[in-house]
Amino acid sequence: MTSPLDTAADPTGLRRIAIEPVSRVEGHGKVTILLDHDHRVHQVRLHIVEFRGFERFIQGRPYWEVPVMVQRLCGICPVSHHLAASKALDHVVGARRLTATAEAVRRLMHYGQILQSHALHFYHLSSPDLLLGFDSDAARRNLVGVLAAHPAIAKQGVLLRKFGQECIRVTAGKRVHGTGSIPGGVNKAVTVEERDALRAMLPDVLRWAEDGVRLIAELHARDPDTYERFGTVRSNLLSLVAPDGALDLYDGVLRARDADGGLIFGGVDPMAYGDHLRENVRSWSYMKFPFIGAIGADDGWYKVGPLARVQNCDRVPTPRAEEARQAWLAGAEGRVVHAPLHFHWARMIELLHAAEVIERLLDEPALLGGPLTASGPRASVGVGIIEAPRGTLIHHYEVDAQDLVTMCNLIVSTTHNNQAMNEAIRQVARQYLDGHEPTEGLLNHIEVAIRAFDPCLSCATHALGKMPLAVEVVDAAGSVVGRIVRDGERLA
Amino acid sequence: MSEPTFTLDGDDVPFTEGQTILQAALGARRYVPYLCFHKDFKPHGSCKVCTVKVNGHHAAGCTTPARAGDVVESQTEELTELRRDLVQFLFTEGNHFCPSCEQSGRCTLQAVGYELGVTQGHYNPLFPTRPLDASHPDVLLELNRCILCELCVRASAQVDRKHVFALSGRGLTKHLVVNAESGRLGDTDLAVEDKAMKVCPVGAILRKRRGFTVPIGERTFDKAPISQVLVAPHEED
Repeated sequence: MTSPLDTAADPTGLRRIAIEPVSRVEGHGKVTILLDHDHRVHQVRLHIVEFRGFERFIQGRPYWEVPVMVQRLCGICPVSHHLAASKALDHVVGARRLTATAEAVRRLMHYGQILQSHALHFYHLSSPDLLLGFDSDAARRNLVGVLAAHPAIAKQGVLLRKFGQECIRVTAGKRVHGTGSIPGGVNKAVTVEERDALRAMLPDVLRWAEDGVRLIAELHARDPDTYERFGTVRSNLLSLVAPDGALDLYDGVLRARDADGGLIFGGVDPMAYGDHLRENVRSWSYMKFPFIGAIGADDGWYKVGPLARVQNCDRVPTPRAEEARQAWLAGAEGRVVHAPLHFHWARMIELLHAAEVIERLLDEPALLGGPLTASGPRASVGVGIIEAPRGTLIHHYEVDAQDLVTMCNLIVSTTHNNQAMNEAIRQVARQYLDGHEPTEGLLNHIEVAIRAFDPCLSCATHALGKMPLAVEVVDAAGSVVGRIVRDGERLA
Repeated sequence: MSEPTFTLDGDDVPFTEGQTILQAALGARRYVPYLCFHKDFKPHGSCKVCTVKVNGHHAAGCTTPARAGDVVESQTEELTELRRDLVQFLFTEGNHFCPSCEQSGRCTLQAVGYELGVTQGHYNPLFPTRPLDASHPDVLLELNRCILCELCVRASAQVDRKHVFALSGRGLTKHLVVNAESGRLGDTDLAVEDKAMKVCPVGAILRKRRGFTVPIGERTFDKAPISQVLVAPHEED
């Protein structure tokens, strides 16, 4: 349920602290905290202060341009948008089933993206907190500090990311913002030389990925109480799973569980996402607040991303990652894990899984050539859902008879986690700030909770024209002489 | 009797009677930047990107006849700056968003820009409001990218004999128009096989649903800069 710390009962006289910008995340956001004279916390909010608006300006563009244009949302996870848009537009061009080559190339691109993004997040962004301490010296609490204190670990992170970026380059044409995926398929296969170069790196990558799982397990074992309690909030969980229930990050059906693991819905075709998910807006953030429609906005919010995925699925279909997942689940003793710091553990299990999937994909003959595209009867609507590194990513387009996009709805991974992140930082504020004079180290605890979700704030802000607004006209004497209000509306 | 020659940046360039400086230079595999010139059409002289100095005076290389003994300068810092300005003006006057343009890597404007050292916006963009015409079943007319080179106008009139395109207006209001009562491309007899479909140097006239089918690495200017591509033995349309 939504926390009372969402909005202070009476903000009069409260002291305002702003953490701006939130650092070591993608995009720009800030946290505001309202405290009274006794340092009691009355309000905590994660605000997304930048605005992107792709949903609007993609309208009127030719559909084949969309997978390349919309990936400019982000420099970290462009592949996810590139592929989600392509998957949506596969429906528009009638490609009900991709060619074997297109399927293999797109999956290699995607699992390369998962691997590089997870490595970036864990090693570059979060390891300074986890390895050096949440309230360690701020000047050294960064990747350079990790390089000095743990050079082998930092180097593994850099090289893991490099490998993932190479998978992207050979499939998309560039490491960032490539063009490899097109509506109906791909525009290139992988050459033998490119495949062999990736294969040569795989033994190290698999070893480092296993080291990563061991590392987060060791960190957890050193301070299990913190890892279990820190910012923990119960919520529903949402992700794609394969039709047979296995973890699949590229394609599948939607499944949602409640906070105790009970099934809310499963087997939902991506085209029907709108029957189950709705979005809400608040006056203080450009980011929308999605929820499960049947439950409602107050209790229907959920978590997405690694922590949701490894618990939502029935199994991980690669042996080393499944073994790591079973070991992790054993620690939970049958309970659903909601602790944000467990995102890191789940993320490293997925990184290992991505390395194993890439190993399999490199053995597929279709990766090296064959028909690149498929087509069929045209459709006017397409929905593409993919599990981006940060969670479920939904792209929804309508295309007219002249090939132009007339409607675009993007529900980005970070948007799904909006309420969960807000609730997590409120929980951290209660646990660590309430009644204490705020220090830099204590405030970093708030950021640690946000980072655990690996948010991409730039990806997530598209609520153009939907935000509730109140405009007041005040005369020189301070009297309100006019007021215009636009209420937030709930959007399908 | 030997061919007459002029000097281009100090080197002798042979020419035949009736050739312009640009034609003779390209024939000798010497690159001079240009945008509105096409070997199949009468030189036009509007973009001025091929401006050279002939005996110390500025002149459009595409329309100035080659003359024996002339001293022509092209690869000078002064002329490169002049050309760079002209190209930057074109980027400024239109809406050229290369990152999401399917012609990126195949676009002559982009390639000439790189050749001249245009690596970022220099002048404040005008962000004009220009329509996109998707009414034709097979062709997209994306006027945001039109640089008014008139190659499509000339191709449609001189080769296709359809007169589908024309320019209208003056100065900053000058724009490409479609020869149909409705003003819509879908109401013309333009066909994808037409010469007018093959000469656009930017991404203004596009075959629909082709998009990004050519991968990065295999696009025209991925393998070599335009200064090499245009003087290669087999110039592409």
